[in-house]
Amino acid sequence: MTEALRQINERRRHVLGGMGDRWRALPRWQRWLTLLAGVAFLYYLPFLGDIPGTNLIIPGLDWFRTDSIDGGANWAGVLFVCALYVLVAVGLNVVIGLAGLLDLGYVGFYAVGAYSVALFGSAESPVVGALQEQFGLSSDWAIAWAICIPIALAFSLVAGVLLGWPTLRLRGDYLAIVTLGFGEIIRIVAKNSGWAGEAQGVPGIPGPEGPPSPDNKVFGLLDIKPWYWLALSVVLVMVLLVRRLEHSRVGRSWLAIREDEDAAAVMGVYPFKFKLWAFAIGAALGGFSGLLFASRSAFIQPETFNVQLSILFVAMVVVGGSGNMAGVAVGAFLLAYLPERFRDFSEYRVLAFGLALVLIMLLRPQGLLPSRRRTRELQDRAKEPANVA
Amino acid sequence: MRGRGFPRPRNGAKGEKPVNFDALFGDLAQHTVDGLSKGAIYALVALGYTLVYGVLRLINFAHSEIFMVGTFAILGTWSLLGVADNPPIGMAIVYLLIGLVVGALASGATALTVERVAYRRLRRMNAPPLIFLITAIGLSLVLVELFALWMAGFFSGRGFTENRLVIGIPPLLKQETVLSVAGADITNVQIIMVVAALVMLYGLDQFINRTRYGRGVRAVAQSPDTAALMGVHQDRVIMLVFVLGGLMAGAAALLWNMRYGITKFDIGFVVGLKAFTAAVLGGIGNLRGALLGGLLLGVIEVYAATLTRSTWEDVAAFVVLVVVLIFRPTGLLGESLGKARA
Amino acid sequence: MLPKQKTSPEDAAKPEVLLEVDGVTLRFGGVVALDDLSFNLYKGEILGLIGPNGAGKTTCFNAMTGVYRPTSGAVRFDGQQVSGRKPHRINQMGIARTFQNIRLFPEMTALENVLVGADSQHRTSVVGALFRLYRVKPKPEELPTVDSANGLVRLWQQVRRSSAQVFGISRHTLEERAGERKAYELLSFVGIDDRANDLARNLPYGYQRRLEIARALATEPKLLCLDEPAAGFNPAEKEELLELIRKIRDRGFTVLLIEHDMRLVMGVTDRIVVLEFGKKIAEGAPAEVRDNPKVIAAYLGEPADAA
Ligand SMILES: Nc1ncnc2c1ncn2[C@@H]1O[C@H](COP(=O)(O)OP(=O)(O)OP(=O)(O)O)[C@@H](O)[C@H]1O
Ligand SMILES: [Mg+2]
Repeated sequence: MTEALRQINERRRHVLGGMGDRWRALPRWQRWLTLLAGVAFLYYLPFLGDIPGTNLIIPGLDWFRTDSIDGGANWAGVLFVCALYVLVAVGLNVVIGLAGLLDLGYVGFYAVGAYSVALFGSAESPVVGALQEQFGLSSDWAIAWAICIPIALAFSLVAGVLLGWPTLRLRGDYLAIVTLGFGEIIRIVAKNSGWAGEAQGVPGIPGPEGPPSPDNKVFGLLDIKPWYWLALSVVLVMVLLVRRLEHSRVGRSWLAIREDEDAAAVMGVYPFKFKLWAFAIGAALGGFSGLLFASRSAFIQPETFNVQLSILFVAMVVVGGSGNMAGVAVGAFLLAYLPERFRDFSEYRVLAFGLALVLIMLLRPQGLLPSRRRTRELQDRAKEPANVA
Repeated sequence: MRGRGFPRPRNGAKGEKPVNFDALFGDLAQHTVDGLSKGAIYALVALGYTLVYGVLRLINFAHSEIFMVGTFAILGTWSLLGVADNPPIGMAIVYLLIGLVVGALASGATALTVERVAYRRLRRMNAPPLIFLITAIGLSLVLVELFALWMAGFFSGRGFTENRLVIGIPPLLKQETVLSVAGADITNVQIIMVVAALVMLYGLDQFINRTRYGRGVRAVAQSPDTAALMGVHQDRVIMLVFVLGGLMAGAAALLWNMRYGITKFDIGFVVGLKAFTAAVLGGIGNLRGALLGGLLLGVIEVYAATLTRSTWEDVAAFVVLVVVLIFRPTGLLGESLGKARA
Repeated sequence: MLPKQKTSPEDAAKPEVLLEVDGVTLRFGGVVALDDLSFNLYKGEILGLIGPNGAGKTTCFNAMTGVYRPTSGAVRFDGQQVSGRKPHRINQMGIARTFQNIRLFPEMTALENVLVGADSQHRTSVVGALFRLYRVKPKPEELPTVDSANGLVRLWQQVRRSSAQVFGISRHTLEERAGERKAYELLSFVGIDDRANDLARNLPYGYQRRLEIARALATEPKLLCLDEPAAGFNPAEKEELLELIRKIRDRGFTVLLIEHDMRLVMGVTDRIVVLEFGKKIAEGAPAEVRDNPKVIAAYLGEPADAA
């Protein structure tokens, strides 16, 4: 019996020659080493083409940098945005790819995260202003950045639950339109409410080193590399956490709900609960990346958080390969990076984006890196007790 | 570090009442009339969403652009004909009819193109709805940019140049009050709008419920597989549905041009979003629901705008939508094109 | 599985009621699918539910498992009200079922399908699965093994074993392993363990039917409801299934069985309830029911030689 199973697994590995399977067939330590090298490369990316600490240049790599073209954008800045979008895509992938819920208003959570740090962390925000007056605090007082992180996460999580609670019982398409409306409502509320800074937005948003100032040593206004490393680190931690969910009973429940919601319910899975969790987790991730965005920009305006951004977010997930974390990360990176690298066509950027969406979906509807789910294989250890029983 | 060039907004600086009930109830009848005429446009556009949804069960996200194309095609035709402001009434009617035909043709043709380019291949592949949505969004962006970069300039008579501005349309009918009911001044254009919407809906309803083609549509809406077995040509029905939706959007474009006298490359987005909301509100897949939802949404918006100095207009629309969906998940009149009866 | 009230010596012979269907009526618009249906199911028995096509058998399952809500009447299980609760709650109370038209999770492997059922018994929450901080002292057999010949790997295994002894293992990990063991054990119990790693949609028909049973058993129900588990089977396969149902009963499960094949029903059930047009027309031991003229008229068509 045990032998037969092992043989079946062997044959599977042989027959399936795909990248993913070859990767899984590698010994564990080799996978770890490759991953480590990959992560190291990601941290090196801002220097792409240079060897830090020397004047040496690696020829050719330079071409990929966005500042290699005339008027190109700051390379580390572009990388920072890429990292933010990857974080957004990882979060939205939980909602769309894993739980199968179509959320067209994801920008709403991004905005909640951004506004949380802006309104509580900036000494110039109306909310902090009111607190200063109320408690007779100095006009420089504001809530520390580090404390704003849990605040932002909590607010976006709560926003996710508040939106999900009434709407998750709705059918898929209705959910799409209701979430789209939610994203718009957040923007309109921010734009029209005095406490949210109205259309002018909120300035003076702090970063890890406090309020924006030329004196900031690490997280300054000019050198964006530290910001990128910060965002990248957040992304890596979040990817690990989401992977844990994916490969646990939670991921299994999401998949079961996507496949057959009624059957899952009869097997003891409470669909509403798991959908709501997906919504809340996705919202928290969106909020976190909104927070990073606001901190780096030091200044936010409601018009940034428009529907087009929401659509871009969904496109990242679907183009990359909904359900596959590597896929959505690649999708997010490409959609953030390509328009910056090929600025020459900046006039036709949106047109090209639209055409690309249509073509990719028509030619490769499952996305660039489709989800080839790793199925749970029976491990050797499962067998001995089974034979005893 | 304080106030680096940014004004610091403070609460309650304007000292105005946030909600102004006097403005609304002082002139309720007038606002209702304004809302109904606004809603007529939503209703006509909503019909397109409802038809496609009823048959294919998917949101045709590009429908908003089908409407936008209509507004420009009509504008282009009128400039070609050399329409001046406020022509004599006879000529105005001729121009309006020409506009109706051109708008309907242009929007109908765009709708067919959308179906052909974005949907047909995916339908053959049996792709999940999310894919349709993304393709439609992509196509929608392409159309919007085509107009921003070239076509908007072309139709406004400036050649193929980039034009991202609001473009004026010559007024054909002077908007004047022709009726006063219960303190509400009703203009000629408003009457035309509501009557046109009712007539179009009636015609569509008759078509779907009385003709052979309409029977095909209803059959596919109820059960695509059974319909196919009974010999209904599914592709033809789907094309028909797109064309019908396009025609309605073209008519809506004409009303829009008459009422607002402007258009813009991205005008479709907001109208489309509202119209889709209206379709869901009334019960998507239900033709009369689209009319009811459209008119209701128009009225709600005007009320909300009056109450709050127009800042919360859009919020009100969505809040109503969410509340309706929670308590009546299939919309006010319930869904199903298949069950629509005369 | 605590009995609701202590059985006194005099009524010890009286079997305990597990499920009580009490005057259940269910309408779909004009169609009365269940018409004032009442019957009891006793702990440990195999009850057959039979009736011609469209009699309302599947609808009865749906009313019991929360898929539909009865128009009137009540279903009680283990003394608790069932009707009106959500399906997952009813499952947790101890009712599991299979579907007449197989409804597996096609893109999951057989093993994962069963794991979904097993998860209903697990206590790891979403937060628990995320952070895995809740640690449990493992039983000796749950500790990581030290078995490698390679010195370095052996050292690593030793470290892991000691750390598990000192810090414990996260409940999530233990539950996943236990779930996997249980799933595999159930797959071999129903006889399809040779294709444990195949996607459900690639399994042969007979395997899919058995997988549904394994998945339902994984939720550790007190009552297992089988909706035509032998549909589409040939006589030999039916014989095997009969054997399986008996094995399930011998493990202490109570079984409610919908089946068209009279021979199968007669051979395995303790009692039978007969439905026609949503009404109960007969109830009793197989032999009684078989000879009941109403049943013969409604269902068997021609008299007793079916058995
Ligand atoms: N969702 C539903 N909507 C409307 N009518 C239904 C629905 N489900 C079942 N019915 C009707 O209820 C009646 C009983 O159906 P049910 O499926 O319970 O029969 P059954 O005894 O399981 O038959 P079979 O032996 O064919 O499986 C039938 O007349 C059926 O048409
Ligand atoms: Mg049945």
